Amino acid sequence: MSALGGRVHRYGDNVNTDVIIPARYLNTSDVKELAAHCMEDIDADFVRSVRPGDVIVGGENFGCGSSREHAPLAIKGAGVSCVIAASFARIFFRNAINVGLPVLVCPQAAAEAKSGDELSVDLTVGLIENTTQGKSYRAEPFPEFLQQIIAAGGLVEYTKRRLAAA
Amino acid sequence: MGMTITEKILAAHSGHDEVRVGQFIMAKLDLMLGNDITAPIAIEEFGKIGAPKLADKTRVVLVADHSTPNKDIKSAEQCRLMREFSRKQGVEHFFDVGRGGVEHALLPEEGLVAPGECVIGADSHTCTYGALGAFATGVGSTDLAAAMATGDCWLRVPESIRVVYRGALKPWVGGKDLILHTIGIMGVAGATYQALEFCGETIESLPMADRLTMCNMAIEAGGKNGIIAPDAITDAYMKSVTNRRYTKLVSDASAAYVRSIEIDCSKIDLQVALPHLPENAKAVKEAGEIRIDQSVIGSCTNGRIEDLRMAAKVLKGRQVHPEVRLIVIPATQRVHLQAIKEGLGEIFITAGGAFSTPTCGPCLGGHMGVLAKGERAVATTNRNFVGRMGHPESEVYLAGPAVAAASAVLGRIATPEELS
Repeated sequence: MSALGGRVHRYGDNVNTDVIIPARYLNTSDVKELAAHCMEDIDADFVRSVRPGDVIVGGENFGCGSSREHAPLAIKGAGVSCVIAASFARIFFRNAINVGLPVLVCPQAAAEAKSGDELSVDLTVGLIENTTQGKSYRAEPFPEFLQQIIAAGGLVEYTKRRLAAA
Repeated sequence: MGMTITEKILAAHSGHDEVRVGQFIMAKLDLMLGNDITAPIAIEEFGKIGAPKLADKTRVVLVADHSTPNKDIKSAEQCRLMREFSRKQGVEHFFDVGRGGVEHALLPEEGLVAPGECVIGADSHTCTYGALGAFATGVGSTDLAAAMATGDCWLRVPESIRVVYRGALKPWVGGKDLILHTIGIMGVAGATYQALEFCGETIESLPMADRLTMCNMAIEAGGKNGIIAPDAITDAYMKSVTNRRYTKLVSDASAAYVRSIEIDCSKIDLQVALPHLPENAKAVKEAGEIRIDQSVIGSCTNGRIEDLRMAAKVLKGRQVHPEVRLIVIPATQRVHLQAIKEGLGEIFITAGGAFSTPTCGPCLGGHMGVLAKGERAVATTNRNFVGRMGHPESEVYLAGPAVAAASAVLGRIATPEELS
């Protein structure tokens, strides 16, 4: 699945993993349960309004703070097809790659997108189209090494292949 | 061109003579860590990978510390999963309730991390161990799963930022104040993907407990790792916890840094970071009148015996303000016992404070001190994000143990110097 998209849910800088999924819900790793509380401390309406394919757009340092993988899992579980941000905090970024949540770095697309805009994203070429505004953007390409993990479908599959080849 | 300490450790663990910034490597790990929140997902993913057993059961550390002693049934199930996995796989370093404590305070005192080693942990504050001259960084659960199966982990060699501290510290000022001040200068994304190398004359004479506090919060500037060159203070600390041999690596004089920051410590006053980001650091004396409902002293940042001694020094012979709840949580069993032996527990309790068993509990709003709507806490913890300690409309102010203790007495954020 390379083409995806939906409506934008726009947030600011430094969206941390405590607000993506508060620690009071970390007594489970059930993705459905986590998804039911996704973003609730900064956007109580998110869970009610999110539709499959929607895109979360953040500013700088998206996903900072705790290393909890529950954060990308909750976002993915909520039906979000990808996260676009001006920049990502590193643990969130690698967690997203590892669990197969598409993340794109594109400061301009992130700055110009507004909540409710329709985005369409082609992951194979990193093309982001804001169909509401009639603009298109190119996301930063992934380093070759990470492309291998993405191509494998995440770190579990990648590791399986490494072990099989060893 | 020379290499930084971070580059040297990563080169030594990936079979290279040298590594370059931006290079992707597979680093062989000396240790990998998980806790009761992150390990359950790692265990599940480890199962999906299908490895018959752990790559090395002596290098896996699992600690039940976040929701422990089990705060509810679901947490109990998470801990049970980790406990059963540890038994089945023969995990050598599984620390359960009553035998461990908060992971990042625990691992150094158990002698499980040594200079020159390469460590990952499924917990963002894994960067704490940089204080020992090790490369240590936080990752996610799937990273831990893969590492348990293969013994290694992919890493990108980070740029290094050199932070040079000079000058003598003012009274009561410690590692927490230095790191809050530093994050205040750099911002919460000031070191994203980068290594923070702390050095200079102030660091060279800084006790290990303060060094651990500083490296612990490297992540709050977005750092991949915090690191301090091992020296005589490191050797003395290591000698007190293990007789294991290790290699001390230090940065070359010709190593390249992406930037350098100079900090005059003689000008740093006791700090507090206002809600809702650790970068909102300022001098307590400039913060104005901030009433508090709770003071929390503990965590992987400031729950060591040195922190408790400092708090006790402030609280001795004094009473906690009638409208404040003081909660003191030693970070490990060893710290707890030592605090009892030294009479610190008695000081906390007679002052009107709660003094309890080790847990991460309140730091992440789990249990043992969750805040109600509109409540304010001063805490020696590491994050003051929205809702971090409880209700989304509660507030957390980050400070060191001296400020947390003085604030508990005065009912507002204050320094020990304000006590009569």
